[in-house]
Amino acid sequence: MSDEVTISTRDLVKRFETRRGAVTAVDGVTLQVRRGETYGLIGPDGAGKTTATRVILGLLTRTAGESRILGYDSMRDTYDIRERVGYIAQQFALPGDLTVMENMRFFANVQGVSQEEQRKRIPELLEFAGLSEFTNRLGSQLSGGMKKKLALTCSLVHEPQVVMLDEPTLGVDPVSRREFWNMLGDLRAEKGTTIFVCTPYMDEAERCNWVGLMYQGRLIAHDSSETIKQMVPGRLLEFTPSNFVPAWRMVEGMEGVLEVQTYGAMLHVFVDDPDRWQREIEAALSAQGITCAGMREIEPRMEEAFISLIRKQRGDA
Amino acid sequence: MRKSLQRIGALVQKETIQILRDWRTLVMILALPLLELFLFAYAVTLTVDHIPTAIADTSRDAQSRAFVEALEISGYFDVEMRVEDEERVLQAIGEGRVKAGVVIPPDFAAQVERGDAQALVILDGSDSFTVQAGYSAASAIAQARGMELTLEKAAKMGLGGMGSLPIYTSTRILYNPDLDGIVFIVPGIAALLMLLLTIGQVSMSVVRERELGTLEQILVTPVRPLELIVGKMAPNILLTVVDMLIIILAGVFWFGVPFQGSPWLFAWLSLLYIVSGLGLGLLVSTAAQTQQQAQQITTMLMLLSMLLTGLIYPHAPMPPVVRAVGNLIPATYFIRIARGIITKGVGLSFMWSDVLVLVAYGAVTMTLAAVTFRKRLD
Repeated sequence: MSDEVTISTRDLVKRFETRRGAVTAVDGVTLQVRRGETYGLIGPDGAGKTTATRVILGLLTRTAGESRILGYDSMRDTYDIRERVGYIAQQFALPGDLTVMENMRFFANVQGVSQEEQRKRIPELLEFAGLSEFTNRLGSQLSGGMKKKLALTCSLVHEPQVVMLDEPTLGVDPVSRREFWNMLGDLRAEKGTTIFVCTPYMDEAERCNWVGLMYQGRLIAHDSSETIKQMVPGRLLEFTPSNFVPAWRMVEGMEGVLEVQTYGAMLHVFVDDPDRWQREIEAALSAQGITCAGMREIEPRMEEAFISLIRKQRGDA
Repeated sequence: MRKSLQRIGALVQKETIQILRDWRTLVMILALPLLELFLFAYAVTLTVDHIPTAIADTSRDAQSRAFVEALEISGYFDVEMRVEDEERVLQAIGEGRVKAGVVIPPDFAAQVERGDAQALVILDGSDSFTVQAGYSAASAIAQARGMELTLEKAAKMGLGGMGSLPIYTSTRILYNPDLDGIVFIVPGIAALLMLLLTIGQVSMSVVRERELGTLEQILVTPVRPLELIVGKMAPNILLTVVDMLIIILAGVFWFGVPFQGSPWLFAWLSLLYIVSGLGLGLLVSTAAQTQQQAQQITTMLMLLSMLLTGLIYPHAPMPPVVRAVGNLIPATYFIRIARGIITKGVGLSFMWSDVLVLVAYGAVTMTLAAVTFRKRLD
């Protein structure tokens, strides 16, 4: 295995035995995360992101396949992994009845960080997270955003080479989300830490340089963000019709239109030739008395690619 | 090894801070033994006396008055009302004004003289403790009265040499001569409360961490399952020991329960018992998915312990199946051990079988707990 690969799985399968039969939560996932990369495992709720992460970490047993972190096998070398990886669980959970400082010290001690190192590292991390003023505040009394930042600093206290975050910004306001992601960016830039994030948010997926798209337990795309965004059919037109539903139905039925997605009050229409179809759509709609405001070609984003890929997957299945 | 100690230290520290910070629960844990002890000592008296009684004395002679007096002097019966006949006695019991009634037939003195006197004692059977106490007290009093009369009669007939009865029964009650309920109750309460604390505290704290998700966050660190168990248990052992001391000290100094045996032996065996209880608590935590379930299992175990371990009702005469259920609860063994050491002052040689069972119990539950408490979530 190349030294450049930090996390890898091959044909990873996780099946849960329930009373109603077996449920395959992770169904043959093969992925690789290179050192220093920010990898986003994206997908709708229930796609199997959390289960995959837990199996890779060795928190759940593996049904079949391989999974490794830093060359250590998830099942066999569990403790080697735990000494070198930081993790924030989805359901955020640091003991709320401990203060910020007590939490930091607890995780530092549990990770075997020496007292000397702790004296140096903990203030640095608190400064990094902007929590220096709150060292005596109980975990439960922190805001959602601060809790996540505390969780991140606690998971970094042993200077892990890999950090795995499971929907780290769930229930966090937009400003704190931005701050949290800036922290991750700094971390990657300063320490070269590999960051693995599960998220259902497309704007967060945009911040990753490599993306795995998970759907119903399978990895339906696994590539750099740029390549994923190019996986949409054709090019993308955006406009706001004056009468939404009839316009949507009509455009969808038009020849040359590859795919239509709704986006708030706007329609996103994929076409092979934008110049030609912009005129055709405008003409066809105005014949029905519908006007199109702000029609223009835009760059497809992760969201469009995501929806398009999932639709394709459904169609195939 | 150094890192392992550092990890255990961190876990113990965390658990201790959490216990101390949740002061409401802490106060309850420390006050509970006293509360329970006082309740059992003062409210839940197992000896029944001063039974409110109605008297229907239809004879009204010296003999009947003497008999009623004897009943009253015994302390078991308080004459609350005097009525005309049996019917009124039944009525008073039915109305709940008295729990017992004594009907003395007319011509009681003459019957006594003939030697076939009978007084009717009526007891309210809806309260079985009263029935037992009232029944035995009334017959004892009647017997004593009978003997007294026989002796008197013998003396009158000039049979001075026969001034005493040929047979005596004398009873000597060992260890607890005053039949003081509290002597019996204190060791039992100690055993019961320690079980409640160990099972409740540990299972609740583990299940709570699992519910909150903090367990996942701790499991993903290099902490080993055994370290986690030790870290969880150590502060709770200390807390339980403090409770134990409170119960024993209150028992000895407030209620005057004599501590006959070796305190050190008692301390070591208590520790053994606490560990087996904590093992049981860990097992409960692996079975229960929510705090509510943990609470319910603990409550059920409590109830079973109250009824089946010999705390109040003797263990030996129970049907085999019921006794087997009682035998699954460590309190059954420890109550015998505690009574042995505190009340009888006996040593290890008298209770080694109970001690061995507790050792096995602790070993099995801890092993099971360590196996189920793995490094993974599933």
